[in-house]
Amino acid sequence: MTFEYAPAPESRAIVSIKPKYGHFINGSFVAGKKHFPTINPATEEILSHIALGGVSDVDKAVAAAQKAYTKTWSKLSGKERGKYLYRIARILQERAREFAVLETLDNGKPIRETRDIDIPLVAAHFFYHAGWADKLDYAGLGHSPQPYGVAGQIIPWNFPLLMLAWKVAPALATGNTVVLKPAETTSLTALLFAEVCQQAELPDGVVNIVTGDGSTGAAIVNHPGIHKIAFTGSTDVGKKIARAIASTDKKATLELGGKGANIVFDDAPVDEAVEGIVNGIFFNQGHVCCAGSRLILQESIADEVIEKLKVRMSKIRVGDPLDKNTDLGAINSKEQLVKIKELSAIGDAEGAQRWSPKCNLSDKGFWFAPTIFTGVTQAHRIAQEEIFGPVLSVLTFRTPQEAIDKANNTPFGLSAGIWSEKGSRIFWASQHLKAGVIWANTFNKFDPASPFGGYKESGWGREGGKHGLAAYLKTGKETGAK
Amino acid sequence: MSFYGLVDGSEKSLVQFLDQLSGVDQVGAESRAAMLATRSIKTTSKKWAIETAISMVDLTTLEGADTPGKVRALCSKAVRPDPTDPTVPSVGAICVYNDMVEIARTHLDSIGGKHVPVAAVSTAFPSGRASMEVKIQDTQDAISAGAAEIDMVIDRGAFLAGKYGLVFDEIVKIRDVCGEKAHLKVIFETGELVTYDNVRKASYLAMLAGADFIKTSTGKVAPAATPPVVLVMLEAVRDFYTLTQRRIGVKPAGGIRTTKDAIKQLVLVNETAGPEWLTPQLFRIGASALLNDLLMQRMKMSDGYYASPNYVTID
Repeated sequence: MTFEYAPAPESRAIVSIKPKYGHFINGSFVAGKKHFPTINPATEEILSHIALGGVSDVDKAVAAAQKAYTKTWSKLSGKERGKYLYRIARILQERAREFAVLETLDNGKPIRETRDIDIPLVAAHFFYHAGWADKLDYAGLGHSPQPYGVAGQIIPWNFPLLMLAWKVAPALATGNTVVLKPAETTSLTALLFAEVCQQAELPDGVVNIVTGDGSTGAAIVNHPGIHKIAFTGSTDVGKKIARAIASTDKKATLELGGKGANIVFDDAPVDEAVEGIVNGIFFNQGHVCCAGSRLILQESIADEVIEKLKVRMSKIRVGDPLDKNTDLGAINSKEQLVKIKELSAIGDAEGAQRWSPKCNLSDKGFWFAPTIFTGVTQAHRIAQEEIFGPVLSVLTFRTPQEAIDKANNTPFGLSAGIWSEKGSRIFWASQHLKAGVIWANTFNKFDPASPFGGYKESGWGREGGKHGLAAYLKTGKETGAK
Repeated sequence: MSFYGLVDGSEKSLVQFLDQLSGVDQVGAESRAAMLATRSIKTTSKKWAIETAISMVDLTTLEGADTPGKVRALCSKAVRPDPTDPTVPSVGAICVYNDMVEIARTHLDSIGGKHVPVAAVSTAFPSGRASMEVKIQDTQDAISAGAAEIDMVIDRGAFLAGKYGLVFDEIVKIRDVCGEKAHLKVIFETGELVTYDNVRKASYLAMLAGADFIKTSTGKVAPAATPPVVLVMLEAVRDFYTLTQRRIGVKPAGGIRTTKDAIKQLVLVNETAGPEWLTPQLFRIGASALLNDLLMQRMKMSDGYYASPNYVTID
């Protein structure tokens, strides 16, 4: 007697994808010159063709953003800017299903996630920042903080529309205008967002979207008309950006890689900790910069937790991302799949024990079964390097101090998790962990009011909350005020 | 005395055992239950779930106004939930007050329902506020009248006062009365125990004392069988099986009124305790209104439209 869940696919009829897209500059779509295909990573079906933006496209977009900044956007009161943000937020909610399906098609993440997490958070970010637009004088950032002008924003493929929201909403609320480049493999929801800007009658040029690859991103970073760079992506690219802007007066926030430690103490609520471990590393196929990719278990409960984790992992439903019951979708690209496979092979070679539940993976598309490596030590590369996939490295510790030492022994410092029923231990551990975001008895929870960002090689600055506003505003002497 | 080789029945051994159980994080348990509630069960799996749920219903009437006539009517419904369709399975059991057991048993036997057991609520249900002698007599009465299942209540007052030994002893004594003749279901009244930590402790206490089933509620107190409560109980039976190789059943009761609610419960079972528990021997749903909604959804699946409630019998 088995309870098989029959296929429950979300209909894709709600989205209409054009065969080819241009850039969104000065309020309208303009044709691109060269194009490249964008595929559904679950099936390798070509969804559309995306324009490859070059220096001249970026020039036009920056010019449009500059003009919009001088002529319209900087002239509007905060209250008026807020109205546009509220309008965008409401339209996003109304079109939530459409965005969810499109994001799932283009990215490969499960519809349950886009429907219940990504898109609701996107709307929440616009609502939250809409509220700030007319209150910046009272944000504790000094008298009359001023926008920088044109923000160049480069976003990754793991949360395409959510990262757009994290960037665009605070930029507009603070009075900046935007030139944004979505990731090469996931441009479609950004282009649909361009339609939302039109629908909301946002003044032309306030948001400009130029699609393309790394060279397009470099053109934005190096453009003299850009006053602030906001980047989310790999630490390697982040370092290149930091070098490129080193001799300029461009401001930057960089949200880079991570190797988050999820620490489980022996007094943890074990069943919920197992859920948190699964959510920490298998949420979004592990394509999460703040993923809990290192599980650091107290040795006395390690066997019990690993046993329960394996049972729980065998319930993870891997498959068609559009199926409403899918928990783990497709790996976003062939390139990323190769990287995950390579690092996992290194884990085998270094002597860690690999385990995955039985999964029927499709031949078409890019897939990787949820995987754990036990017997991992600090000296393993899979304990040090970001895999950015559904692969968990399991380490153990004996004393609380050892847990902290191991957790901090990494060039990264983005996230960490603490599992304990003892309040004093949670406070002690969180004071000693060097990570920008620390969750206690939960993991991968996001809220627009909560600042997000990293220590060390995980980046510069914070996004979200009041701290995130500060990254888009000149304050004190910077404003030129006497 | 030894219970599964885990405790000796003394207050001290019980406290020791319960204290080493991991706590339940409320937010985490509730979000896991909420996530599982989003499972989309369609077409063939929905049909399977509806039929399985029908076979798991403990069709219940526990009213002061119960009469022999009402109980007999319920028995007919239990044996043939849809008189127009013999392929619909009988329900898991009839659940009645003590004095109605004999009437139910006799009537079931006379209408071809020998396979449907009678469950009696016992031990001064629903409050459990009576002397042990009364509780034992209550149980003996039900068994001699033909009850094959005893749904006893625990002494929540004793539990909340930390007198685990007292609660345990009562269950052991009722277990002895049941002997081989009756299955024992132990009701916690989770709405009175309130915390998930308490639900987990009560689950182990009852399982160690010899319960065949652990049951959420009497149906007289709200909230009753909420998904996170059932989740915690299913985790307990799963882990108890790992410890003892014995599978204990779970019975949510109270507040499960729609097919959607029932399917959510089956999903919880499937993804927590596992598919081995998806049988009326190990999972029951205490309900009265639920059965008709299951029947109407079943008709809708074969006919393609929702019938008027007049097309299913009220009892």
